[in-house]
Amino acid sequence: MENIIKYHIKNVKKGDHAAFEEIVSFYQNKVYHIVYRMVGDSHEAQDIAQEAFIRAYTNIHSFDENRKFSTWLYRIATNLSIDRLRKKKPDFHLDAEVKGTEGLDMYSQLAADQALPEEEVESMELQSYIHKEILSLPPKYRSVIVLRFLDDLSLAEIGEILDLPLGTVKTRIHRGRELLRKKLRHV
Amino acid sequence: MNCEESLALMHLYLDGDASEEEAQQLREHLKICPDCNQHYRELKQTESLLSGAAYELSAPAGFTASVMANLPKEKKRAGYMRWFRAHPVITAAAVFFLFMFTSVLSAWNSDSSVSVSKQEGLIVENDLVIVPEGVTVKGDLVVENGDLDIRGQVDGDVTIINGDLIEDPGTKVNMASVDNISGEYQEINRIFGWAWYHLKELVTF
Ligand SMILES: [Zn+2]
Repeated sequence: MENIIKYHIKNVKKGDHAAFEEIVSFYQNKVYHIVYRMVGDSHEAQDIAQEAFIRAYTNIHSFDENRKFSTWLYRIATNLSIDRLRKKKPDFHLDAEVKGTEGLDMYSQLAADQALPEEEVESMELQSYIHKEILSLPPKYRSVIVLRFLDDLSLAEIGEILDLPLGTVKTRIHRGRELLRKKLRHV
Repeated sequence: MNCEESLALMHLYLDGDASEEEAQQLREHLKICPDCNQHYRELKQTESLLSGAAYELSAPAGFTASVMANLPKEKKRAGYMRWFRAHPVITAAAVFFLFMFTSVLSAWNSDSSVSVSKQEGLIVENDLVIVPEGVTVKGDLVVENGDLDIRGQVDGDVTIINGDLIEDPGTKVNMASVDNISGEYQEINRIFGWAWYHLKELVTF
């Protein structure tokens, strides 16, 4: 897959608009996933994810083709998410709570609309609960936890995405895991 | 192994970083320490809940189209620049043409006084250039920003830019004038033709 992506990137660099569409279409869910887990609000997530792709497009010439494109793209996405979180820092904690609840509502709403079997409703409620708990983590733990469970990223790749030494990535995962353990142990 | 070491090892183990020997030591400790055993189970559950929640979320419908519609326009300019870099000769020609055209344009606007390519034997009155009777102009004649009245002869092509060949209603001088030109007669009053004329002149240098 990485090879197909590289082929598309070469074409984008040559000015082929359509090749970028292929890239967006391939990575949209992953980028949206990262951003949504980071900021918690679906509208904001859409906005930031879109901005991430636009940045990638405008800066495509600075992308080194010997490296993994996903690493570069996810880095743009996480940086934009963290910037956004930083900008609204004053009411940050309260905000995270509210966003989390909003996520819960969204899931419950979805479940109600589709008249899903009880098991699935429960599973969705659980998902939304986990989502909310991930959002309650301080951003520096949140980012490693979100990336770790996306797309089988290695810890080294996470380090590259977040521009952190491997040791720091591990420490943050351990810390994040402990924080979540306290919140999720009664599930 | 004490509980503190055991805790650190749990995380290494969950990261896949523990050696076989360390894993064995951990298992031994968990058998004899209920607190660590409980802690490990909670961590394990957290891990499985998180990986369960790691199913990929879907971007909203129409996301790709929205990104494509919002790509910056300036990128297109960069596209042209890339194209220019790839085609230096055409670019040079284009720049040359643009340059010429703009300088020619400003000349068109600024230089409104009459000019004539040959002065010898000709009479210039305000914006009227007269080839007097009995005078023969050898070679091509170009009059710019003025009218031309040929009473004598022009032994070559005549070009009038932004002006007219004088017509005397009484004597059909216009016809007579044209007859007095041995070469081609050309009148250029439209700006593009004018610019083109200058360009052609420059190119045939
Ligand atoms: Zn113990």
